Amino acid sequence: VTSIGIAIAFYALSGMSIAAAVAVFLTRNLLHAVIFVVVAFIGMAGLFVTLSADFLAVSQVMIYAGAISVLLVFAVMLTPYASRDNGNSLFAPVGVLVGLGFAALIGFIATQVAWPAFTGSDLEAQNFTGTVRTIGGALLGDYALPFELASVLLLAALVGAIALVREDER
Amino acid sequence: MNPLTITLSHYLVVSGIVFGLGIAIALSKRNAIAVLMGIELMPTQPLVGHVFVVFVLTVAAAEAAVALAMAVLVYRRRETVDLDRINLMRW
Repeated sequence: VTSIGIAIAFYALSGMSIAAAVAVFLTRNLLHAVIFVVVAFIGMAGLFVTLSADFLAVSQVMIYAGAISVLLVFAVMLTPYASRDNGNSLFAPVGVLVGLGFAALIGFIATQVAWPAFTGSDLEAQNFTGTVRTIGGALLGDYALPFELASVLLLAALVGAIALVREDER
Repeated sequence: MNPLTITLSHYLVVSGIVFGLGIAIALSKRNAIAVLMGIELMPTQPLVGHVFVVFVLTVAAAEAAVALAMAVLVYRRRETVDLDRINLMRW
């Protein structure tokens, strides 16, 4: 996609996401870390917008920046006297090295492989109108079985989470 | 890579960096909830295919709910979520 606006938005949003993720690593306060995680998620949603993936951007904001961050805040609040700090364990150097290794590996593959260029003009050539209708059709058509499996997985996860934290009534 | 023409490679490089940061956070934090934040950063990668991203979002939400329930449960049993002090299975 050759467009100055897209380029500026891409660099701003990726910088925002990466800076927020680095801040999650560096901050010493767990609640600040939750806020930086939300900032990183919103930056990712913005990257989805630059890819014209409107439905995914909205889902990203609702599920990650909304639901999962609320869950994280709940978990922080439900562990009140636990240390609220965000300190590193003894394995921090190893963790940083492994993370750097994975980032370098993915970056190397991403720059070396000749990825197919799928641009906005290709989408227009296919009479592509919007992603919501297409995703809805795909989910209830070709991907109906994975869709049902995903709903069973969600139900099992919710029941499991409730069963785990339920107090025993003796 | 021309810096003004944004291609798939650019997005994948950003994804790789955020994924690496997620791994670094998950592996090196002492607090279980901070580890979960690192784990949640990893699946948020743009560009996988729209339907597939929907499934990734579903699985990530399910995993977050169960993992946070486990963190609360561990806190209730052990009065801490400090992973350096949850060493029941250390030989």
